[in-house]
Amino acid sequence: MSALSLFVLVFGLATIAWIAARFRAARAVPLGEARAHSLPSYHGWYVALWLAIPALLFLSVWSVVSPGLVEQSVLSSSAAEALPASQIEREAILGEARALADGSLSAAFNEEARGLVPAYQQASGYYGMIGIVATLLLAFAGGAFAFLRIRPDFRARNRVERVVMWVLLIASLIAILTTVGIVASLLFETIRFFERVSVVEFIFGTQWSPQVADASGDEGSFGAIPLFWGTVLIGAIIAMIVAIPLGLMSAIYLTQYAAPRVRSVMKPVLEILAGVPTVVYGYFAALTVAPAVRDFAVTVLGISSASSESAIAAGVVMGVMIIPFVSSMADDSIAAVPGAMRDGSLAMGATNSETIKRVLVPAALPGIVGGVLLAVSRAIGETMIVVMAAGLAANLTVNPFESVTTVTVQIVQLLTGDQEFNSSKTLAAFALGLVLFIITLLLNIVALGVVKRFREAYE
Amino acid sequence: MNNVGKNMNDVIPSPVGREAPKDSVIAQETLKMKARNVDVFYADKQAIDDVSIDVGLENVVAFIGPSGCGKSTFLRCLNRMNDTIPIAKVTGEITLDGEDIYASDMDVVQLRARVGMVFQKPNPFPKSIFENVAYGPRIHGLAASKLDMDAIVEKSLRRAGLWEEVKDRLQDSGTALSGGQQQRLCIARAIAVDPEGILMDEPCSALDPIATAKIEELIHELRGRYAIVIVTHNMQQAARVSQRTAFFHLGTLVEYGDTSDLFTNPREERTKDYITGRYG
Amino acid sequence: MMAGAAIPARQPTDWHSDAMQSRIRARYRAEKRFRAYGLFAVLLSAGFLVFLLVTMVANGARGFTQTEISVPVNFAASDLFLQPGDVEGDGTEAALASADIEGIVNAAAIEAYGEDGAELISNGAWIRVRDAIATNPDMLLGQERFWLQASTELDFGSRGDMGDARSARPERQAMVARWDGLDEAGQVRRAFSWTFLTSSDSSDPTLVGIWGALKGSLLTMIVTLILAFPIGVLAAVYLEEYAPQNRWTDMIEVSINNLAAVPSIIFGLLGLAIFINMFGLPRSAALVGGLTLALMTMPVIVIAGRNAIKSVPPSIRDAALGIGASKVQVLAHHVLPLSLPGILTGTIIGMSRALGETAPLLLIGMRAFVATPPGDFTDPATALPVQIFLWSDELDPGFVEKTSAAIIVLLLFLLAMNGVAIWLRNKYEQRW
Repeated sequence: MSALSLFVLVFGLATIAWIAARFRAARAVPLGEARAHSLPSYHGWYVALWLAIPALLFLSVWSVVSPGLVEQSVLSSSAAEALPASQIEREAILGEARALADGSLSAAFNEEARGLVPAYQQASGYYGMIGIVATLLLAFAGGAFAFLRIRPDFRARNRVERVVMWVLLIASLIAILTTVGIVASLLFETIRFFERVSVVEFIFGTQWSPQVADASGDEGSFGAIPLFWGTVLIGAIIAMIVAIPLGLMSAIYLTQYAAPRVRSVMKPVLEILAGVPTVVYGYFAALTVAPAVRDFAVTVLGISSASSESAIAAGVVMGVMIIPFVSSMADDSIAAVPGAMRDGSLAMGATNSETIKRVLVPAALPGIVGGVLLAVSRAIGETMIVVMAAGLAANLTVNPFESVTTVTVQIVQLLTGDQEFNSSKTLAAFALGLVLFIITLLLNIVALGVVKRFREAYE
Repeated sequence: MNNVGKNMNDVIPSPVGREAPKDSVIAQETLKMKARNVDVFYADKQAIDDVSIDVGLENVVAFIGPSGCGKSTFLRCLNRMNDTIPIAKVTGEITLDGEDIYASDMDVVQLRARVGMVFQKPNPFPKSIFENVAYGPRIHGLAASKLDMDAIVEKSLRRAGLWEEVKDRLQDSGTALSGGQQQRLCIARAIAVDPEGILMDEPCSALDPIATAKIEELIHELRGRYAIVIVTHNMQQAARVSQRTAFFHLGTLVEYGDTSDLFTNPREERTKDYITGRYG
Repeated sequence: MMAGAAIPARQPTDWHSDAMQSRIRARYRAEKRFRAYGLFAVLLSAGFLVFLLVTMVANGARGFTQTEISVPVNFAASDLFLQPGDVEGDGTEAALASADIEGIVNAAAIEAYGEDGAELISNGAWIRVRDAIATNPDMLLGQERFWLQASTELDFGSRGDMGDARSARPERQAMVARWDGLDEAGQVRRAFSWTFLTSSDSSDPTLVGIWGALKGSLLTMIVTLILAFPIGVLAAVYLEEYAPQNRWTDMIEVSINNLAAVPSIIFGLLGLAIFINMFGLPRSAALVGGLTLALMTMPVIVIAGRNAIKSVPPSIRDAALGIGASKVQVLAHHVLPLSLPGILTGTIIGMSRALGETAPLLLIGMRAFVATPPGDFTDPATALPVQIFLWSDELDPGFVEKTSAAIIVLLLFLLAMNGVAIWLRNKYEQRW
């Protein structure tokens, strides 16, 4: 019996227990007697939970532990004596024997594996039986214990509600667990990376060529400065040159000038820009924008070195993607400035644009700056546009028509293809990921702090 | 003021008449603003019904009346601040020195520079004290040089009675001042463009009594130089600062006359009921 | 009192002077310019969107159709050793696999169109003939006319001279002439491509389809929804209704807010390190993709859920508590049903973001070449956005229209999901 069917069985038992307990609780209070403390269905839940939770907990622990126990017993069997001493070969043979035993493999490459199959089948049958018996025993014991406690004055509701509270708490702890998982996995692999490559070289080196790591035994060079620069050039400079003026002016026009009908149409239209998947932007950049930019640079500007994977093509398209983000942050910030400021300025005889430029925007500036920081953090973490439209060449250049590469492009590049997981290349991807994580985190914390203080100032 | 024995019917205001009180139209050598048969509509709702009134340089005019009576709405007509409310519509005639301010060739920007406004809640811009006062002259291009601007700012702050308190910290933020100081800063800001009239919309309602006293003193000082209209819900204040008082009720001008007359000897029953505290 | 008189009086401003009038005119011009900049910004942004959509539709509309060429196949006269009886019952598959149908079809094409006939039909066109035989074995006794997928070369011929460098090549121009000839004879046509909707990835652009990728996306989304929705809602309920003010709660809140802003590629790294390397789950599987995207979507649902729960007025809670309902009953009977539209709207928005997500799936290996649709959650799978990325990398120009067509499908799905979210919000939005 597989773990899944056992799982279903326990669920079935719990359902039966729920019905039975509910019935019994309903019968336990004869008509006309004092009222029971809890509704019958609470007694049902109480019994069902007692039946299912211990059994399922055991089942999940057992499904983790039992493969180890099976392997242990196989290794101690007589057939295992012939196994080679080398750890890797042993594991290969054991793995094969396991696959043969459960039928997912039909023929063996190693003769030894075939010999291990009976031992495997015996051991897994034995431990499987222990698992089934123990699970069912726990289920019945828990169910019976709870069932016997059904009495009119038994406070089933309070106990069930406490369980509900714990379930809610555990669900919310998953957020912390995810954060810890991210930090731990990035940190762990990064430390292993820095055992091979010095931190100084990584952070201050200007030579990025991890490909060399394959060609010879030599580790390649992992100076990440060109990557950081490329990320900043595309995400924080070019994209923002596009997104800040367009986003800010759009927000100003839509909130201060546009007729309500125009606003109600154009605002969602701009928001669609934010909903288009980044892979679509990437394809658009690579297919349409990049060739146009290159032709423009070559024919009009006479830059013969212009690349078809230019920084400017990726940056402009990324800027377009960010427009609605900047626009909605600016919109919120300007709306948060008290109307009295606007009236005060208009009553002085200022025109609308003077009021906006000299009073509203300066007053909303902290909020707008916070929004821009969030936009930068989003832009530098963006992957698909740069993977598809920016290049792989780690150039340190200020010429936006040349090709640069970014942190996210290199993470994807380093982790695709058939690499061994422990190579310097894959570990470098985690180090880049950690840098990206820390920088976006800092940007977000600073930006949210600025925005929060700004909101409080006008409340 | 013996109205203790009046029955309830006298307390309830009589239906609003169409004709303006005759004596609200007065001749003055210093006549500055003149309003004739002004109606204001918010969408379909009529907020002001046929109001005619004159405002001169010599006399501070106070608008009094229960809340919602339209006194602030009418005030905002006088420098076309109602234009900022899209659904508001104004009919009738309002003139400034004989020019129709609702005429199509009248420039709102210029009008508002000539007729300044001070709001209920102090609303200094989040800029320095200096920049707050310099804002108007700067947008209207009134200062020829930096020195000129310094002079304008100093003069305006002196007139608003704020100079001595802030002269050492002109670069501090205007929002860091106390409420009363902020309101005087707003008055200084309005004075800085050298307007002809100043409209004050309950300027003291957000202030403490000491700050209120200072503002009232300031209004005395400014009288004669500017045409001043002040909206107030405080009858004592109207009595203290104004020479003429207009009583508004339900969007109509009920009575307009010399402040001393209106408070001691109201001609209209409704005015009497209001100033004796029957409603409001 | 004040020292106002101490300062020499200024001349009153002459508002009607020429200098002042021209200054005011200049200010109004500045006002108009500023307003025009704003309008320009809005129109430019919207223009980008329109340009993007028009480009995709213009490129992609062809992707839903295919060029077909008519090929008569004479089974009776061919050297195909297959009788109608062979392809019935259990032996069908083996019989079809052993017969050289491809050879017969190529020979038929050469017979019909001359030496280069086999190059006019797609490499995989014979599959259509095979499937036709399986459904109707009797055709083996006679002759049958098939509309088969044309090769990429002929397909390009059908476009005529596109005015680019490639069109100028002599072999391309020869193909254009060839197409014109066939078109006049009525031997070619463009037809709706069911292949595109029902088949999977292929290295031949005339044979590719999105069904495999779509199914991969579907399986991934199921895993994401099953995990992210309950966890997200439960966490939202805890934070709004139960959480005490303490450091743990602060940590949970900070975590959720930060997770919502972490770049998606970081979740890919997490999935690779934790689910694949630590737990040993299979690479390229929809299960891992779904797990990874669930972690990414959960914070979105929590934040939307909290806002929805917060908007239920306390008076309703008080009313229920006042007649003796327990806390769980208040939640289950009142708060959750009332906040459900808000929660669902947030969930759909989170799911639509997950559906369009590509980067994390690349890192956990869902970029594999998957020619058969995944059967279950652990089979190697790809997803629609990843498929778009993979096709965009193909050198064969025939993939351009297929990529754009796949983008149209993806955008239609997203549009539908967002449409449902807006509909839900409008229908159930309550103002308290």
